[in-house]
Amino acid sequence: MEFFFQQLTNGLAVGGIYALIALGYTMVYGVLKLINFAHGDLFMIGAYLGLTLLTALGLADYLSPFCVIALLAVMVLILVAILGVVLERVAYRPLRQAHRLSAVVSALGASIFFQNIVMLIYGAKFQVYPHDLMPRTVVHIFGMPVPLIRILILLASVVMMVALYTFIQRTKVGTAIRAAAIDQGAARLMGINVDRVIALVFVIGPALGGAAGLMVGIYYGQINFTMGWIYGLKAFTAAILGGIGNIPGAMVGGLMLGLIEAFAAAYLSVAWKDAFAFCVLILILIVRPTGLLGERVAEKV
Amino acid sequence: MKNKRWIVYAAFSLVLLTSPAVLNRYWIDVLNVVGLYVMLSLSLNIILGHCGMFHMGHAAFYAVGAYTTAILNTVYAIPVLWLMPLSGLLAGLFALVIARPIIHLRGDYLLIVTIGFVEIVRIALINNVFGITGGANGIFGIDRPTIFGMKISTPGQFFYLIWFFVAVTIYLLRKLEHSRFGRALNYIREDDVAAAGSGIDISHYKLIAFVIGAVWAGFCGTLFAAKMTIIAPESFNFWESVLLFMIVLLGGRGSIAGVILGTFLVIGLPELFRQFATARMLVFGAVMIIMMIFRPEGILPPPPRTYRLDRTAEPEEAA
Repeated sequence: MEFFFQQLTNGLAVGGIYALIALGYTMVYGVLKLINFAHGDLFMIGAYLGLTLLTALGLADYLSPFCVIALLAVMVLILVAILGVVLERVAYRPLRQAHRLSAVVSALGASIFFQNIVMLIYGAKFQVYPHDLMPRTVVHIFGMPVPLIRILILLASVVMMVALYTFIQRTKVGTAIRAAAIDQGAARLMGINVDRVIALVFVIGPALGGAAGLMVGIYYGQINFTMGWIYGLKAFTAAILGGIGNIPGAMVGGLMLGLIEAFAAAYLSVAWKDAFAFCVLILILIVRPTGLLGERVAEKV
Repeated sequence: MKNKRWIVYAAFSLVLLTSPAVLNRYWIDVLNVVGLYVMLSLSLNIILGHCGMFHMGHAAFYAVGAYTTAILNTVYAIPVLWLMPLSGLLAGLFALVIARPIIHLRGDYLLIVTIGFVEIVRIALINNVFGITGGANGIFGIDRPTIFGMKISTPGQFFYLIWFFVAVTIYLLRKLEHSRFGRALNYIREDDVAAAGSGIDISHYKLIAFVIGAVWAGFCGTLFAAKMTIIAPESFNFWESVLLFMIVLLGGRGSIAGVILGTFLVIGLPELFRQFATARMLVFGAVMIIMMIFRPEGILPPPPRTYRLDRTAEPEEAA
């Protein structure tokens, strides 16, 4: 029972991280119909920026751990968001009228660019987050020990997701984003500045991705310049699983994928866990071709 | 205009075919790799370029071909080149089985599923599925191919073997492009509703395109196994599929000349800048963005189809 519970909490924590990254994919897709292959690399840059800021500013010396992390998170969120906006401006905006696949190639190019610039700056080796950043507190839930950090990660990601969901559903700007996702032309006619909306999406998505990067750094303690691809692929899978373009879908998909992976690794086989996640994805898509929560777009055929 | 094009093609072929005489082994080998990628990219071009299916898992079929050749050659000592048809056949069969249930998925959903397949195949190979794939180390000791008793082993000999198959591929693909089948694929890519309305069985045609592409990737797998004599799962990872995807889109979807040029740029050009080893991929990424901004349809998009008015009775005669 305890083993099961450990897998459950671990799966939920990892799933929360996947969900945060998946939100970036799904929001960009919703508005631009573009798979932003560079999104995983923005997430990776978030992890590296967190580490750099942590060591460069020496915050851990005179602040409590939670203040340090909160401060780091704010800085990483802002920096990665800026990077996201620049990426959109340079690599995607000129291609807005072009074929969809041209923008995909541009995204792949941006991804290669980011990966290699990080590799040139930090080197190809794994970088290690300080071990004593988070106190290794263990809390007991139903009498079973759970590392505090897992709960915090899950909590933080849920808070961010709820905040995003409320923002999208309840505010005027959120409505503008939804309008632009449904029909850009009509949104423009209603007086919505679509370019602004797209820029905003490239603020929110990368910011969430950067936060996820920081979480991975703190949770696993080591980061690598290739991890953007690995997590990006997982998160993209999660977004598709939930139905791409659908915000609650990305959350459900992310958490589900985290759980599937955790349980598959624990009860079936560690070596096959990635394959297992893809198998579940394929099976779900065969039954529901637009993902779990994806709207049934009036299929053209 | 048409003649000018042919002069360029002929000059290019001539330069290419005589190049082994002046290049050293290293550069001939680079050309061999380019040749393999040309063949692979052309096979992906049928699926992605002509039919417009977002397929980012082509390395899976390549892997099936390469492993078929490697296993049968090392275990039963069947000559490598004899295994080529079988490798293609098995890759095609594999494609048929996996593509049948997913062929109706829309663009991006198909993309992630094909990525899923290439990852599943790689993981299966690493985990030594059925105990015959050699795990993470792969399979080594694959025989060199022999033609009429002549053993192909130097880069120069491989050059002619590989580019011979490239030439055959180009010839057959040109035939395909100008056939009823090729036009149907283009029609599906441009407007699948209209295509269906004109009586084209969309999923049937898509499936055939998928299988043809896979069969060709299987052939490439044989050549790859024969050239390397060692194969390992990491040669068929997701990145490999992405590379092929980029080649087709950078070169020009549905354009044979474009895809060939794209391969030379994507595979060949980074080799030229080997001395800047670390920064070259950085530049490569930036160049891709810039190229897409200035040539969003690829470097050499296919010329629009033209039909001669005086011979409408034979629509096969497309220019």
